[in-house]
Amino acid sequence: MSELRDEIPSFEKRTTADHGPIDWTGLTSIRGARSTMEVGSIIALFALVFFGLELILRWTNTPTYVFPKPIAVVRTLANEFTAVYAHHLWVTMYEFLAGYAIGSAVGLLLAALITQKPFAEKVIAPYVLIMVTTPMIAFVPFLRLKMGFGSWPLIIAVALAAGPMVMINSATGFRRTDLAKIALARSYGASTFQIFRKIRFPLALPMIIVGFMVGSIFGLLTAVGGEMVAASESGGLGERLVYYSSLARMDEFGAVILIIAALGVSIYVLFYFVGKRWASWEA
Amino acid sequence: MEPKLRIEGASKIYATKSGAVHALEDFSLDVHEGELVCILGPSGCGKTTLLWALSGLHALSSGRILLDGTPVVGPRPKEIGMIFQDANLLPWRNLRQNIEFPFEIKKRPVDGQRIDALLGETGLRDFVGSMPRELSGGMQQRASIVRALAQNPGVLLMDEPFGALDAFTRDEMNLLLMRLWSESGQTIVFVTHNISEAIFLADRVVVMTPRPGRLARVYEIDLPRPRTVEMMFESGFIELVQDMKRVVETGGRDLLEVE
Ligand SMILES: Nc1ncnc2c1ncn2[C@@H]1O[C@H](COP(=O)(O)OP(=O)(O)O)[C@@H](O)[C@H]1O
Ligand SMILES: [Mg+2]
Repeated sequence: MSELRDEIPSFEKRTTADHGPIDWTGLTSIRGARSTMEVGSIIALFALVFFGLELILRWTNTPTYVFPKPIAVVRTLANEFTAVYAHHLWVTMYEFLAGYAIGSAVGLLLAALITQKPFAEKVIAPYVLIMVTTPMIAFVPFLRLKMGFGSWPLIIAVALAAGPMVMINSATGFRRTDLAKIALARSYGASTFQIFRKIRFPLALPMIIVGFMVGSIFGLLTAVGGEMVAASESGGLGERLVYYSSLARMDEFGAVILIIAALGVSIYVLFYFVGKRWASWEA
Repeated sequence: MEPKLRIEGASKIYATKSGAVHALEDFSLDVHEGELVCILGPSGCGKTTLLWALSGLHALSSGRILLDGTPVVGPRPKEIGMIFQDANLLPWRNLRQNIEFPFEIKKRPVDGQRIDALLGETGLRDFVGSMPRELSGGMQQRASIVRALAQNPGVLLMDEPFGALDAFTRDEMNLLLMRLWSESGQTIVFVTHNISEAIFLADRVVVMTPRPGRLARVYEIDLPRPRTVEMMFESGFIELVQDMKRVVETGGRDLLEVE
């Protein structure tokens, strides 16, 4: 028979959602388009910006080395994607995905562990904060010296950038306790692990998803930025940015920026749908 | 006959930053098999504290609780079903998944037949796929009753289950509860701060004093069953309500002197 604990039945001061509900629509104003009108206006505005920029650059006779023209950038990207960019995209994606997988897994695990003991949390919190605010890009050259010209220095930097972000948000999630729901599970004889799996984890999931989202953006920036500072011998999108800008090859530079932007938007859209599927009960 | 539930000198003191809070003091009561007892008292008099102790969710400071003659020292999921204040559904699960939750915890096969029968009786059959936030307060509370009854516990502990509902819905839920109870014959301890609800439902009403919660008085309710809403307008019923109101307000002191 399970041991009795001195728990608090007071429902007057409800402890639901210590940190307030997470408003998915508040995280950003982007939502799924609802009507053909909306889709139409999104496309129209995009076309306006794209061709408007092209026209302005032509009228003002801006030289390409100052700002590349959109049409030329897209043409460059389309013509040379498989020959040039696909390789660098893969290099960056590999560093990013490997580092992100390691960092977020460790971050999530640590968050689940330290929130079990408020004391552990207090002791560890300052270091996590320091890690969150440290630009991990700064360590890439140093790691290069130690580890050579493979992908590992960048994978480690990405993991160090994404991990603490995942951890800090997930910890906020795991800290939310709902005594009534935990008591419900206990009244049916739930074990500590069952309470974690069936109550604490689902309760934390919306914040965990936020952590994974912020962490992935940080990770991507660190991968690209790290390549700008000290790329591996295979290159990568960041290495291309530095290379093209040093030669003032702005069409190609623009093409790389476009790829990075597309990556960022894809990550965003992915997490938008993940949040909708797994965290919408709270919105 | 041995009582189903025996509460012996139950006291509970909470230690808080601002000192000890005496929530429950020397509360004793026997509840018999198949009986529906209502525990009535003002907010903060220790009703939830008592119910959590009955369900083995927390320990008493002194005194003890016996279920079928054995002390309750932890949750007894096979024998006790608890219905919490507010429906306490898990918001990330739809209605059916909420009802199946206890089966998952107990690692028992889901009793689909029993669930379907209960869903039919509570009029929830068409809503099994809905999320809790899509349901009205009354529907949520009905779902939480189905969740508890699907386990077929011998003892049902209910903590102000209908406290947040409007008067019409509440009457409806009370009638539903009595119908289900007449079929299953469970022992029910029903906590409420609503006097007419207590009289309407109960075989016995146990009135508690304001904090620290003590037993003020026990009333036997001899209204015939099945009960109807009209009974609440009869003069005997109304007099009883007024009488209990006085006991609640004075903590039963004046009545003890009169008797
Ligand atoms: N964990 C706790 N710590 C301190 N005081 C508590 C705690 N839980 C309940 N109380 C207090 O004990 C008294 C009884 O609470 P409770 O059992 O919730 O009353 P009721 O259910 O009758 O409204 C209240 O004054 C409440 O504030
Ligand atoms: Mg209460």
